[in-house]
Amino acid sequence: MSKRVSVSALVKKYFYEHQFPTMWCPGCGNGTVAMAMVRAVENIGLDFDKTIHVAGIGCACVAHWYTSFTALQTAHGRALPSATGIKLANPELTVLVTMGDGDCIAIGGNHLIHACRRNIDITAIVYNNFNYGMTGGQVAPTTPIGSLTATTPFGNIEPPVDICRLAEAAGATYVARGSVYYVKELIDLIEKGIRHKGFALIEALTPCPTVFGRRNKMGSPAEMWKAQRDITVSVKKIKDLPPSELEGKLPRGVLVQKERPEFTEEYSKLISRLRKEG
Amino acid sequence: MKGKKTVKLMQGNEACAEGAIAAGVRFFAGYPITPSNEIANIMALRLPEVGGKFIQMEDEIASLAAAIGASLTGVKAMDATSGPGFSLKMENLGLAYMVEVPLVLVNVQRVGPSIGMATSPAQGDVMQARYGSHGDYASIVLSPSSVQEMFDLTVRAVDLSERFRVPVILLADQVVGHMRQNVAIPPYEEIKTAYRPEPDVPPEEYHPYRGNEKGVPPFAKFGSPYHWYANSSAHNEDSFQATSDYVVARALIERLTNKIMKNKHEIIEVRGEFLDDAEIVVVAYGCTAIPAKGAVLKARDKGIRAGFFRPLVLWPAPEEEIGEIARKARAIIVVEMNMGQYFHVVREAACKGNAEVYSFARPVEVFSSHEILQKIMEVQSIV
Repeated sequence: MSKRVSVSALVKKYFYEHQFPTMWCPGCGNGTVAMAMVRAVENIGLDFDKTIHVAGIGCACVAHWYTSFTALQTAHGRALPSATGIKLANPELTVLVTMGDGDCIAIGGNHLIHACRRNIDITAIVYNNFNYGMTGGQVAPTTPIGSLTATTPFGNIEPPVDICRLAEAAGATYVARGSVYYVKELIDLIEKGIRHKGFALIEALTPCPTVFGRRNKMGSPAEMWKAQRDITVSVKKIKDLPPSELEGKLPRGVLVQKERPEFTEEYSKLISRLRKEG
Repeated sequence: MKGKKTVKLMQGNEACAEGAIAAGVRFFAGYPITPSNEIANIMALRLPEVGGKFIQMEDEIASLAAAIGASLTGVKAMDATSGPGFSLKMENLGLAYMVEVPLVLVNVQRVGPSIGMATSPAQGDVMQARYGSHGDYASIVLSPSSVQEMFDLTVRAVDLSERFRVPVILLADQVVGHMRQNVAIPPYEEIKTAYRPEPDVPPEEYHPYRGNEKGVPPFAKFGSPYHWYANSSAHNEDSFQATSDYVVARALIERLTNKIMKNKHEIIEVRGEFLDDAEIVVVAYGCTAIPAKGAVLKARDKGIRAGFFRPLVLWPAPEEEIGEIARKARAIIVVEMNMGQYFHVVREAACKGNAEVYSFARPVEVFSSHEILQKIMEVQSIV
């Protein structure tokens, strides 16, 4: 267990303080996810110069406005293919990607499938707040049935997708789900994802009180954070619980961890083979 | 002392791929599409041999996104496509203009709109190559007319993209992409292309989006001690958000345009023949320049004072050169395989001259020199 570094020390090292305050609404969980990523980087002791942050577009994708990682803000949904180019061109770099649920699963869904399939060594953190927050709370592919959003004023009739199961089916070799309510666990899940050789996806559940919560009468921010505890169940406890207590709950923790050849290593092997055959 | 050139029979797309390797391109991301496939096929074969990387991405959008990512690590990167893919790339092309990423995008034009005719040549993407992505920016677009130029202009495209930190479009077509001609290739060690300007100050004094004397900001590759943020939003000189700062955002967009337009004399490249005494000047580019030049030679044989003008760089447009022609000639005929696109550029550039500007434009069918000659004679009879 590494020594816990103070928040002020982390801010000094990883943030542009002159860019504060952040744009996130009071009660939003996104800052907690961003800080969990920074702590994971610090805990591992990654080379700061060689850690690249790639972000899509949306409320989830603004941490790089405040952090001093070298970063690329892509077009909406295109973080993963640009991250793929960065990692393949220079495999020495650690590539962290942050996306929102709409960014990653809707407009960027195709890229997610193929990043998982390729098993390229990128760590993707998907902030899931169950709706499009930045544009005023429209329905997302993750929005539960019945939820009210700006574009489902009579209740959502489309079934949502399970991000983690999609990533697993597409071939991701590390899949985890965390929540801002369990922040130490979230840091640990991100840390494990960065250390994992291959494509790692961490879904981070994060409440959106301002647009999603307000429309759906989910109570105060504090109540929404507590609800994160109630809608998830740790994978460590699943086997001890009766099916009735698991209904409607999302498993939390490491869901998939396996080994498979990593894409950029395979490409490097190809280059060496061709050079030997020369 | 210069080495001996190797003369080789090559296909246009093959010459483009070899030109890219010769120019130092070491990353290619692509997606299968006719008639540009050979470029990706050859890059898949050649790049790992020279220590470069090739990747076939999941779609056209992703392949340009990957090339952008690779370029940010300091590698010369390229992508190639045709019409339907070119449309899909407009989003990431805009990103490349905004964050100022050097790369080369090849469009081997085919008939559109939409899926159109995959194996037939066209010149319908001239305006899209200039204005296709949303917002304001200036583009560099090169137009090869031979297999030799598929090689040479690919090298030039790489060089220009690096010098100006901008995506450069090689706007080829199915004819030049698929025809075979002899190409004279100099020894690769003699082919020199620029590398983007780099910071000459320590990291703490680095302003990632402050233009140099040409308006081009110095580039620090990703993974270096220079931390910066390639920002697709409007940004200030230090790459922070300027989405509420009208003065800063306006200065950025003006610089993105001016770094090309104020340096256009370093970029523009044209060829002219018989312009000194020409009364009727034929303007053509790409595959259409081949029959157009033939028609001018035939007209000269008939005693008609015809001239030939060919922009190798379509954008920025050679407005002054066209203006000069318009002052001396009586008529200009713009021949192109579309419904009339570059005609508008020529007419605007010629507006202060004496020459009448005619459009001889049609889609799908390749021009013959005979029918262009007929057009020259028809114009001669009325001016």
